[in-house]
Amino acid sequence: MIKIEKDVVVIGGGPAGLAAAAKVYDNGVKDVVILERDFELGGILPQCIHNGFGLHHFGEELTGPEYSQRFENDVEERDIEVKLNTMVLDVTADKKVFAMNKDQGAMEIQAKAVILAMGCRERTAGALGIPGTRPAGVLTAGTAQRFTNIEGYVPGEKVVILGSGDIGLIMARRMRLEGADVKAVCEILPYTGGLTRNVVQCLEDYDIPLKLNHTVTKIIGNDRLEAVEITEVDENMKPIPETSEIVEADTLLLSVGLIPENELSKKAEVALDDRTGGPVVNEGRETNVDGIFACGNVLHVHDLVDWVTEESQIAGDWAAKYINDDYKRSEKKIDVKAGENVSYVIPQSIELEAEDRKRIPLYMRVSTPLTAIDIELYADGEKLYSFSEPFGKPGEMISVPLAQKTLNDLDEVSEIRVDIIEKEGE
Amino acid sequence: MLEKQTITCVACPKGCEVTVEHDGDEIIDIMGNACPQGADYAKEEIVAKTRILPTTVRVKNGALPLCPVKTTKQIPLELMDKAMAKIGEKEIEAPLKMGQIIIENLLDTEANVVATRDLPKKINA
Repeated sequence: MIKIEKDVVVIGGGPAGLAAAAKVYDNGVKDVVILERDFELGGILPQCIHNGFGLHHFGEELTGPEYSQRFENDVEERDIEVKLNTMVLDVTADKKVFAMNKDQGAMEIQAKAVILAMGCRERTAGALGIPGTRPAGVLTAGTAQRFTNIEGYVPGEKVVILGSGDIGLIMARRMRLEGADVKAVCEILPYTGGLTRNVVQCLEDYDIPLKLNHTVTKIIGNDRLEAVEITEVDENMKPIPETSEIVEADTLLLSVGLIPENELSKKAEVALDDRTGGPVVNEGRETNVDGIFACGNVLHVHDLVDWVTEESQIAGDWAAKYINDDYKRSEKKIDVKAGENVSYVIPQSIELEAEDRKRIPLYMRVSTPLTAIDIELYADGEKLYSFSEPFGKPGEMISVPLAQKTLNDLDEVSEIRVDIIEKEGE
Repeated sequence: MLEKQTITCVACPKGCEVTVEHDGDEIIDIMGNACPQGADYAKEEIVAKTRILPTTVRVKNGALPLCPVKTTKQIPLELMDKAMAKIGEKEIEAPLKMGQIIIENLLDTEANVVATRDLPKKINA
């Protein structure tokens, strides 16, 4: 087995890994390598051919491949080392990365810092346990997206989509444009899990019905899917049998959630947060393991890649600081807590000394749809300030800044809490 | 006849609820938009819906069998199926460069269809 030494190893060459690696390099740490298991860089973006990327980061609307290409170009211009077709098998807490590929065989890379950027994967049919048979034609929306956009096979002609996550909505339009009859998108919750703009431009534009409070209760067909049974659910999400209808379909796409892919993180003894499914991190996206950082969908599932980029650049900055021995953790950290109506907040802690702290964007999600909201920040129970937004939706991440001045003044504080409250009388 | 319609703006992921007061194609008032793009979007939604079309084109001798493409500007929503058929007729020889024009002036919309990634030739092809 060959042995290599590197300052920074980035695991994953998707948008998170690309942005983090370029940032590490730009901070003067040039001994960095990206390990990518696919034959090309970009992660999931090359198959996300739709537009809507980059509005925050670039101020213009790009497609997934275009967004990716810009960051691939950044990496190429800097001559950052990339190992494609390379599978990482193990990472240890002392930052040994074990990987292999066809050309070099097995390798052990001793890193000074590791950036975890492995992304996430889709929940599959197995996780749902829908009654009925197990025919061909039941697949995740992302798999269908890969078939349709990369490999050149449209996976079916009569399509039902279960789950209204963004990939499901995007694939409803994509299959419809490729000539399929998209019968319905079923969502078990009373609200959609995707961005509002995707409901409008993917479903409403093409008169595809969005059936809220509905789920698939039976899969019918032997070799190939023939039909699905769709049933309305009550407020406890229990199917109401008398509402069942049989819908003819040869394809059922699942868009029922994404799971951060943290198998390697666990091997490296990285502590995970139950709510996000990703590592617990400080403001620099450093995990509980010294010198191991995490960013992008492996940390928490994002709805916009623009936030992945912002977050990965933070991780890249800090990994470089770590290598350059350029930051000092404080004796007592501040815990960042998700309060009322908040499902999670990233980062989970602030660890720099008060005088060294810079502005920190707090990423969060509401736990339920709300209108006319105040996002209130508290330091040890005392209100700091609040932000107003017209609405909060679980599918749309909210970012609010903690100002540098505020952070510098929070010397003796041990907890910051975020509550999201609906304004009264609106 | 005076009408009021609320539209979810899709110009960016913020998704503003924009209310438009209009008399047929004549816009009287636009409210609820956080930026000027919202006003433009809402106006277009009333007069004629337009969208960018992202899709794929077949590629000969490419590292992949398809290359993603998009229209360089928005085209009328009602033209989508015709546009898909037109783009479906095409097959382009690799390699391709991002921004390379695949179809000029698609269906007289003044929008070009361009590649949205670099696509190298197939190795050993």
